[in-house]
Amino acid sequence: MRYLPLTPGERTEMLRVIGAGSVDDLFSDVPVEARLPGPIAGLPGHASEMAVERHMSALAAQNLAAGAAPFFLGAGAYRHHIPASVDHLIQRGEFLTAYTPYQPEIAQGTLQVLFEFQTQVARLFGTDVANASMYDGSTACWEAIAMAGRLTKRSKAVLSGGLHPHYVSTVTTMARFTGDTIEARAPELTAAPDDAALVARIDAETSCVVVQYPDILGRIPDLTMIAEAAHTAGALLVAVVTEPVALGLIEAPGLLGADIVVGEGQSLGVGLNFGGPYLGLFGCREKFVRQMPGRLCGQTVDADGKRGFVLTLSTREQHIRREKATSNICTNSGLCALAFSIHMTLLGGEGLARLARINHQAARRAAEALAALPGVSVLNEAYFNEFTVVLPRDARDVVRELAEYSVLGGVSLGRLYPQADELHCGLLITATEMTTTEDIAALAAVLGEILQGVPA
Amino acid sequence: MNAPNPSGWRPAMGDGVQDPAQLTASGDRGLMLEEPLIFELGRPGTCGVDFDEPAGEMLPGLARFARKAAPALPGLTEPETVRHYTRLSRQNYAIDLGPFPLGSCTMKHNPRLNEKVARLPGFADIHPLQPQQTVPGAIAAIVELADWLVTLTGMDAVAMTPKAGAHGELCGLLCIRAALEARGDARAVILVPESAHGTNPATAAFAGYRVENIPATADGRVDLAALTARLEPDVAAVMITNPNTCGLFERDMKRIADAVHAVGGFVYCDGANFNAIVGKVRPGDLGVDAMHINLHKTFSTPHGGGGPGSGPVVLSAALAPFAPLPFAQVGSDGVLRLIEEEDALTAHPHSFGRMAAFHGQMGMFTRALTYILSHGADGLRQVAEDAVLNANYVLRSLDDALDAPFGEAGPCMHEALFSDDGLPEGFTTLDIAKGLIDEGFHPMTVYFPLVVHGAMLIEPTETESKAGLDRFIAAMRSLAVRAQGGDPSLKSAPHLAPRRRLDETLAARKPVLTYAG
Repeated sequence: MRYLPLTPGERTEMLRVIGAGSVDDLFSDVPVEARLPGPIAGLPGHASEMAVERHMSALAAQNLAAGAAPFFLGAGAYRHHIPASVDHLIQRGEFLTAYTPYQPEIAQGTLQVLFEFQTQVARLFGTDVANASMYDGSTACWEAIAMAGRLTKRSKAVLSGGLHPHYVSTVTTMARFTGDTIEARAPELTAAPDDAALVARIDAETSCVVVQYPDILGRIPDLTMIAEAAHTAGALLVAVVTEPVALGLIEAPGLLGADIVVGEGQSLGVGLNFGGPYLGLFGCREKFVRQMPGRLCGQTVDADGKRGFVLTLSTREQHIRREKATSNICTNSGLCALAFSIHMTLLGGEGLARLARINHQAARRAAEALAALPGVSVLNEAYFNEFTVVLPRDARDVVRELAEYSVLGGVSLGRLYPQADELHCGLLITATEMTTTEDIAALAAVLGEILQGVPA
Repeated sequence: MNAPNPSGWRPAMGDGVQDPAQLTASGDRGLMLEEPLIFELGRPGTCGVDFDEPAGEMLPGLARFARKAAPALPGLTEPETVRHYTRLSRQNYAIDLGPFPLGSCTMKHNPRLNEKVARLPGFADIHPLQPQQTVPGAIAAIVELADWLVTLTGMDAVAMTPKAGAHGELCGLLCIRAALEARGDARAVILVPESAHGTNPATAAFAGYRVENIPATADGRVDLAALTARLEPDVAAVMITNPNTCGLFERDMKRIADAVHAVGGFVYCDGANFNAIVGKVRPGDLGVDAMHINLHKTFSTPHGGGGPGSGPVVLSAALAPFAPLPFAQVGSDGVLRLIEEEDALTAHPHSFGRMAAFHGQMGMFTRALTYILSHGADGLRQVAEDAVLNANYVLRSLDDALDAPFGEAGPCMHEALFSDDGLPEGFTTLDIAKGLIDEGFHPMTVYFPLVVHGAMLIEPTETESKAGLDRFIAAMRSLAVRAQGGDPSLKSAPHLAPRRRLDETLAARKPVLTYAG
């Protein structure tokens, strides 16, 4: 077996050193009736690299890859171009096959990357500090609500209707077990989010208001107004960014009054990967730092006075604090944070702004083309690279029919909100720098054909 | 046996040694290269990406939301970027460089075929919300991995979505809580042995339970009598790690499970140490109701400097109905599906809900499945046998030089545990660990488990050769001898790493978490 270096002779020699007659003697603590006599029946045996690659490639080939079709999906996972150097660098064995940097003298590479990553995220979000990553945006969102509860000693979170429904579900699941109250509702198909209605839901029990920016329908909420209302009521504003590229164009939430900013970092460097692994981003005000979840990297000096980095404030964490920890998180998304950081380094702030503008232009072109179809209207007053179109019939069926023409034509609201009939005519369309004029023309042509003859 | 340093050269160490880095004008030292931060290297406006089109105008409705200034992030060109990260990478130790014997972390070789497969466009370039009709191969891969995990563990079902081990623990406890609630039986307590991973009590508390500790016996196992005495109807579950964090198999696992079941509770098993028994023992045969499997441990997906992980949870028949969404299922029509919210009410109605967006760590699933298919049932069994053999070889090769607190009791599983008992006054486990760094090895897990004073937990894994183990053993013996001889240079090790001991107190007292310049 190509991954197992011991030879039969060495095994025998090692057993002699140990003083055991056979390998089975080493398993003597396992009750006899629980010991399997041989390889589990019905499972295949070992296979060559070539055979395994053939099998896995055949499975992969059954899927319609985004790059092989006109592609317009978003809703929390975005397809951007990843420079070749990103994937090359994250595959350096010293990054790929290192553990969490608990021995800082021989982990300065990972630690300096995390320090740089924290700085990049904080500057992107407009927050004072950021942590070294969470699992993904949805779990980071829950951690933000839990932290707001600890800070305000209140237990009701008010969620905007524009928060990604998977995030709402995740948060609701967690809250069932902590006793927090989650006030959630589905969005309404309006051109702009009803921020006034959201603000009206804040009361004296509210720990935080959670607002996605841009929201699930691609609309942009007025964070400044919401932050003022939240702060007046003694609550915190948690802003959720599922598309960080948007922050190349629209203002950083931290600069608009958000106290905690969380997000999904997958857009930069990570790729689609059918939903994971992704990258949770978490930034907040400096005064909250001792209540933050997850790992933090901090600057210090070594015994010779040289600058170095360590994991710090670990008295918040489970391996020290056990049941009193701020979170149970341990392994997070180190390698995805590295990919994000490399991509961000290649772009720089100006490059990100340029990329964001190009995304926005692609979305504008797509919106224009779709709005020209009979029976189709664009909902949004404002959007970044994702917007909602309203169709004359259930968008779930339309998406499936588009797929039969090998067009991956967006995310239907019915898939996200199966219980909300009034949303089923909605279709989310995303365009990025990867979307070509030909892609847009193909979507418009096939969608027009599918909808033909259907009364508006 | 190979000498720890074949050249015979040994650096002078100790106080008064001139820092060799001072001998160069650059501060670098041959291949030991210092590297500034990107914020010190980069220039505003520099960009390592070329764009094909002009930026264009903004939609009028968006103008009032526009960012006032681009994020204050310097950029680097591609050659500068490649050099920056390559230079940083060289300051890391990694499994690709040598043994990484961190107990309970299972740092084994990461096969590169796994990386290649995970990057196939049919897996890497598909969106989680594509119509399921366009991703049958992805769903088939998830189901195939799920089948392997269920079969290897002898369980009934598996929840694939948890994103790491601790997330898996949470998933298991939420299934247990949902099952108890479904029978109208609210319970308040989870019992956790003293030797448990820190995530266990943290998870139990997070899931809303009160945590009570169960002591260990003198031979390093759960105290069955103490556990049984505490088993009352308020106990929701027992969380047990097996093999446990002392590297020992919990012989009484089945009896513990039977006792817990008798009072209506559930058994959660922390599967972090599954590598010791994969293919040899099925946890389902021992009465386990839920167990997470760290794909980044047993099934070799890379640790990546702290993730991403993946923590699928295998479940007994009693807990399977409560598994989170989405849930991979083979329909009565034979079609593979991921049950999401849309079909949950009919296809998986008792689910406790969703734990995260989308479908879990697909990139880890493809890697783990590739690993499993490469080994097959016979190879996986060999993995466990070699992992246990290597650990016992280390245990017996060092138990005359270091104190092995449970060494008398019999063989260990995949980890060899030592304590600081017998180290001379003034020398600690930390000194041995830092000395290993100078010897070119990553240290073992230190000061864990908490039940052993100054614990050193060594997990060599099955992918270390005998020659590699002999070099490691020789280095450990040499460190023990230096400690016994009172070598002061050991107290200030490491001397030869990119950094010497770092001031962690300073870092925590005045946290500097972002670059201020």
